Amino acid sequence: MPHANAPAPLLEARGVYKTYHKGAVAAPVLQGVDLAVSPGELLAVVGQSGSGKSTLLHLLATLDRPDAGQVRFEGNRIDNLPASGRDVLRNRHLGMIFQSYHLMPELTALENVLAPAMIRYGVLGYWRRRRSLRERADQLLHTVGLGHRLTHKPRELSGGEMQRTAIARALMSSPRLLLADEPTGNLDRENGDEVLRLLRELNRESGLTVVMVTHDRSIALQADRTVTLSSGRVEVAACAA
Amino acid sequence: MYKLLLCWRYLRTRYIALASIISVMLGVATLIVVNAVMAGSHAEYLKQLHGIHSDLELHVRSMEGAPDAQAHMARIREAAGDKIAGVSPTVQVPAMLGYYIGQQYITRQVMVVGVDEATYASVSNFGGFLKHPDNRERLDFQLKEGGYDSGRLPAEADAAADAAAEPAWPQMKNAGWAYRRMRHPPPVAAAAAPTPEPAPASTSGPTAGPADPFAGLNAVPLPEHDPATMHHVGCVLGIGLVSGRGQDGAKLLYQLPGDDVELTFPSAGRPPKPLSAKFTAVDFYESKVGDYDAACVFVPLADLQRMRGMVDPATGVANFTALQIRLAEGADLSEVRSAVQGLFAERYYYVSTWIDKQGPMLAAIQVETAVLNILLFLIIAVAGFGILAIFYMIVVEKTRDIGILKSLGASSGGVMSIFLTYGLLLGVVGSTVGVIGGLVFVRYLNEIADGIGAAFGMNLFDPDVYPFPKIPTIVDPVTVSWITAGAMLIAVLASVMPARRAAAMHPVAALRWE
Repeated sequence: MPHANAPAPLLEARGVYKTYHKGAVAAPVLQGVDLAVSPGELLAVVGQSGSGKSTLLHLLATLDRPDAGQVRFEGNRIDNLPASGRDVLRNRHLGMIFQSYHLMPELTALENVLAPAMIRYGVLGYWRRRRSLRERADQLLHTVGLGHRLTHKPRELSGGEMQRTAIARALMSSPRLLLADEPTGNLDRENGDEVLRLLRELNRESGLTVVMVTHDRSIALQADRTVTLSSGRVEVAACAA
Repeated sequence: MYKLLLCWRYLRTRYIALASIISVMLGVATLIVVNAVMAGSHAEYLKQLHGIHSDLELHVRSMEGAPDAQAHMARIREAAGDKIAGVSPTVQVPAMLGYYIGQQYITRQVMVVGVDEATYASVSNFGGFLKHPDNRERLDFQLKEGGYDSGRLPAEADAAADAAAEPAWPQMKNAGWAYRRMRHPPPVAAAAAPTPEPAPASTSGPTAGPADPFAGLNAVPLPEHDPATMHHVGCVLGIGLVSGRGQDGAKLLYQLPGDDVELTFPSAGRPPKPLSAKFTAVDFYESKVGDYDAACVFVPLADLQRMRGMVDPATGVANFTALQIRLAEGADLSEVRSAVQGLFAERYYYVSTWIDKQGPMLAAIQVETAVLNILLFLIIAVAGFGILAIFYMIVVEKTRDIGILKSLGASSGGVMSIFLTYGLLLGVVGSTVGVIGGLVFVRYLNEIADGIGAAFGMNLFDPDVYPFPKIPTIVDPVTVSWITAGAMLIAVLASVMPARRAAAMHPVAALRWE
């Protein structure tokens, strides 16, 4: 067993169930998902559309709550935290990127990257730290190769640039865990590869744990490990290279 | 921090929100203007009414009056001397005024007020409402040669500007002795016969009866009356009694100073009998408070007392029916009122204040102000509903942003406060602009009214109708602050519902929103 001596999982789902109700019709999405993410790994969750992979990611990110089961982060249950606790967790310990980037259209690239810090600190706190925060956001945008796009609004950026901005934003709070929901879904091959390369690099160089949800097996091949979701359950735990 | 940034960005990128700012602004500006005008009119009316009346009035319940005004005045001065600036006795009786318009004899119901020329000016602003400049200084009930057309109320602040305006009563130019001589041309030499007119200022009719105890008083032989050089006892007519409008709408006077009128009033006997006497109008009284201008005739106190038989033939002490009292600066009205009332038996005397007499009118102004405020606040409430609708749309439009913020760790309260702050910002901007606009409007109100009047060919403010020459305004800072606070509160309240909806949004549902 390759995981016998593995460190305690950073993120763990235990017997997670989730059912969505649409009127009288109940649509079971997750039916007892068990998943463990080790620190420093790049895990791909693959599955058909509607297999529940996005829902699983939302549960892992505490954007939603499981009907049954537990979600643990660094060994502590996070699915039953009060709203304020989950807000803090999302703000400081988790980074998220999405298929459609989800940047704020009214803010510039730099302001979008600063958004988690603005949410974290009040007006005064932000004002006091504004120099160091700006510097960090600046540096992050340089890291993702957008040093020349600081003051551009999202609509002035290409898809790849928007996703890289979103990655910079996700890294703003220096999280240990990055959750990616179809990060290349809206991008062409070239830009998609660029984003994947960036994630890979971050994973290798700074030990960032990445959980990536995708329907594309070729993308999943680049991960350390792939988990397949099928009709609400984890099918096979296959080990990739 | 993100809240302020987003509010600012939303405000700058959503011009539709300006529509609600403008409606808040208009509401606030209108409220400020209306309150300023109402407060100004209220103050002006108070000033005017205070000018007409003395502060306090001690009335004798009987129209027959009570003897010895001097003794009463002495008692009042003794009780509250340091708080009293002036006291003047008067006699007030209802009467009929009669005069000719052409061949038609007109009678009007009036209140005859006998005033003491020496002291009446010390208790009210009576002189200020008269037409002839000398009478304004000191009324002597003598007809003047002319000069009755010297402008409008002297109480008006800028008499200089007013003098340039056309006289309110063009006919007054002719009034005076010259007019009287013209109306009564000297008789031809042959007409040495006695004038057809009876002796002036003498009572006639029933008083001549043998039972009248005062008959002897009037039996003083008087020189023959020559209307071209002499006149009857002078009287000051309320201008409303002798004025009207012609068919073309021009203001007309049916009598002028110099004309003779007849007054019929009750005697002081038991039972009272009607007495008639001729008087000569020597001036007109125009306070622009309709009730008074169309009701009062002022005559010399001593003559009225004599004619009504109010003078005790044995002692020469005369009766009075009321004492007018003016208070010293800063004296407390109700305090002096109770002090004066305490001096005299309530069975025979009662005390009234100048505010009592115009209570209904002042109350009406206050009710009007209150109702207008409610109505205008409804305008701001309408603006509030505009904000509500616009915010609702913005919340729907920004659903995904709300999901993003929540996924980045923004709390529901934080998301809510974005929209509450946004609403407050609209309220602050709207009411600040509204306050500035309102104050500027108030400052140039008269110029604006004149401009609108000139543009549309109508007079928005007719100084003949109001007892003040310009639209009066008073800006009360407390009122302005209340209006501003109210407008901001409405803006915030209107954003509560959209803000709550935004806060209650489920992050997953919001993120999936297309």
